[in-house]
Amino acid sequence: MSKNPMISIRNLYKIFGDTPDKMMELVRAGIGKEELLEAHGHVLGLQDINVDMQEGETTVVMGLSGSGKSTLIRHINRLIDPTAGEVLIQGDNVLEYDSDRLRAMRRSQMSMVFQHFALLPHRNVLENVALAPIVRGDPSESYDPEARHWLERVGLAGYEDHYPHQLSGGMQQRVGIARALTSNAPIMLMDEAFSALDPLIRTDMQDLLLELQNELAKTIVFISHDLDEALKLADHLVILKDGLVVQQDEPQHILLNPQDDYVVDFIADINRARVLRVRSIMDPISQDSFVGDVDQEASLEDVIALTGGDTSGMYRVTRAGAVVGQLDLKALVRALVRTKASDTRRAF
Amino acid sequence: MAFYDKLIESLGLADWCSNEASTGPVSMADLLKQTQGDDSAADTSFWDTPFPSLDELNAACSAIPKTRSVTDGVENSFLSIKDPLKTVLDPITQPLSWALDGSMWLFEALPWFVVIPIFLLVVYWATRSLALVGFVGVSFLFMAFIDHYLPAIQTLSIIFVCTSFSVVLGVPIGILMSRSRSMRRALVPILDMLQTLPTFVYLIPLIFLFSVTESKLYGIAIILYAIVPVIRLTDLGIRLVDKEVLEAAHAFGMTDRQKLFKVQIPLALPNIMAGVNQTIMMSLAMVVIASLVSAPGLGVLVLRGIRNLELGVGLVAGLGIVLLAVLLDRVTKAALARVNAAQKQQ
Ligand SMILES: Nc1ncnc2c1ncn2[C@@H]1O[C@H](COP(=O)(O)OP(=O)(O)OP(=O)(O)O)[C@@H](O)[C@H]1O
Ligand SMILES: [Mg+2]
Repeated sequence: MSKNPMISIRNLYKIFGDTPDKMMELVRAGIGKEELLEAHGHVLGLQDINVDMQEGETTVVMGLSGSGKSTLIRHINRLIDPTAGEVLIQGDNVLEYDSDRLRAMRRSQMSMVFQHFALLPHRNVLENVALAPIVRGDPSESYDPEARHWLERVGLAGYEDHYPHQLSGGMQQRVGIARALTSNAPIMLMDEAFSALDPLIRTDMQDLLLELQNELAKTIVFISHDLDEALKLADHLVILKDGLVVQQDEPQHILLNPQDDYVVDFIADINRARVLRVRSIMDPISQDSFVGDVDQEASLEDVIALTGGDTSGMYRVTRAGAVVGQLDLKALVRALVRTKASDTRRAF
Repeated sequence: MAFYDKLIESLGLADWCSNEASTGPVSMADLLKQTQGDDSAADTSFWDTPFPSLDELNAACSAIPKTRSVTDGVENSFLSIKDPLKTVLDPITQPLSWALDGSMWLFEALPWFVVIPIFLLVVYWATRSLALVGFVGVSFLFMAFIDHYLPAIQTLSIIFVCTSFSVVLGVPIGILMSRSRSMRRALVPILDMLQTLPTFVYLIPLIFLFSVTESKLYGIAIILYAIVPVIRLTDLGIRLVDKEVLEAAHAFGMTDRQKLFKVQIPLALPNIMAGVNQTIMMSLAMVVIASLVSAPGLGVLVLRGIRNLELGVGLVAGLGIVLLAVLLDRVTKAALARVNAAQKQQ
């Protein structure tokens, strides 16, 4: 991992209620979420969050409803102020910004995509897409081509003069994404951006996002409560539970080494063959007779299809033609079995 | 003998009572009693026990004031602040008189064949509906035909000015209200009072404050009554703005000003317009009552109908008012529908 993360969240706490600072002392003294709510009427939204988000990567934050995902993402652009802790953007502490500086940061550094699109209903699609430059006060000649370009890029060329209510949900979210891209900000925050869409459209949008991300390499923070979506998009996966980070890592690694029973339950229902990649379970090369070659990015499902059901041989793993390891089909079968929580951590 | 004599005596207050004989005004009841002759009330039965009200206690002990003194007190305290209040309110409210008089002069000075087409153009601009333009045209020609053109135009002029003032004052008040909880807590009871106060009661203090010859007298009465819905619905509309859209406004770095003018007011516009519609309807209702204090227009004819028992005059003028109401309502509703259609929520 690179040493200078784009976004770095340090010891972040958020308590909702009338006297959060007073409650903070209790929390530091070790009071739990339930007790804080029952005895003091305060909600412990986030506790001791430490996450680094690397430049050009997609960090997916996932957890059940009420686990604090929206609260967390809103700390990054300070729609919510923390009770304690720091949020660093490229090393700068956002909490020290005054309102002018904060506004400048929101205008140039970050954009956001919302679950229910949050388009301006009284503005047409083009004006919505150009929201960021309009807010900045740029002249229309300078942003017009830009806005049209991104609208075309998300597949909505020709809809410039429509109004949001004339578009379907999927199209509206495309407008939301084009709006975020037009701001030209390096960071893109997406709070359950695809959760309101039906499954087919949702897959489309995920593909669109991956395609754009390949090209633009933005720093994306994506909130989701859908594991398949998270696994598809994430370079770094953060699992939240009741305001606590239970585990964060590269998604394949989490699948193979879940840290506790909560994570085990979380990943229990996914199709492991489709999600796990050869590179995650391959071994260093140690022999020279192989049944065939597979690419390291191939999914286990692809490999099984290749074997035609014969699970005894050994495959050579390649990356762009070069040999990088070997894959024992027995290891493949083992990887398909649901993992238990790793013993080292179960003692916690 | 009064009922509570014994009580006063047993409390040992008799001396105090007779020392400080009340100088309060004589009430109608006293006069009646004097003329009828005082027949002894000593044998009043238990069932006739009167409530120990001020008047009743006064009969037993003249040191206790009568109820009449209370209303007198209210009157006197109002009269004592009247002059300072007048010196403050008079200049502030002067523009209202100018606007009312100016607009009235303008509407009366322009000939009918100019005014009616202007109205029709305005209706078309606001509603884009030829049917409504036709309806308004026919209504006006009808009223003009039965010689009610002048009072109708006077009524419209008053409504036009009062509604404009209500919007100009009410929208900012509503915005303030939506922003601060303490502001809302202070204003809501006042708005409730303004809305429930019987319409005639508005007129009483105003008559003392301003002279009946000034048009602002009825202007203020109408505005006080009619401004409430604009304030309420502006407040409501702004508070109902989608939270996520507001978050988007913040997330893209809007200033408070941009947020207000680019997001909150436009999104609250359908509600604000609904408030304006109600304000117009309420000023129309009040303009009739305001004719008691010299507001010109159709209300004067209604009043004449009542005073002189001229049934026909009153009814026809009433019909004219209904026609104006329907017409104003349809036009503002159609304009509202147009705003709604232009920004239907997702
Ligand atoms: N303004 C607030 N006041 C009090 N409690 C709040 C507030 N905002 C959030 N919470 C609480 O904080 C916790 C986390 O809420 P949050 O909205 O971040 O959850 P989430 O993970 O985004 O859930 P969902 O998937 O339903 O969107 C919840 O228990 C919620 O009740
Ligand atoms: Mg949420």
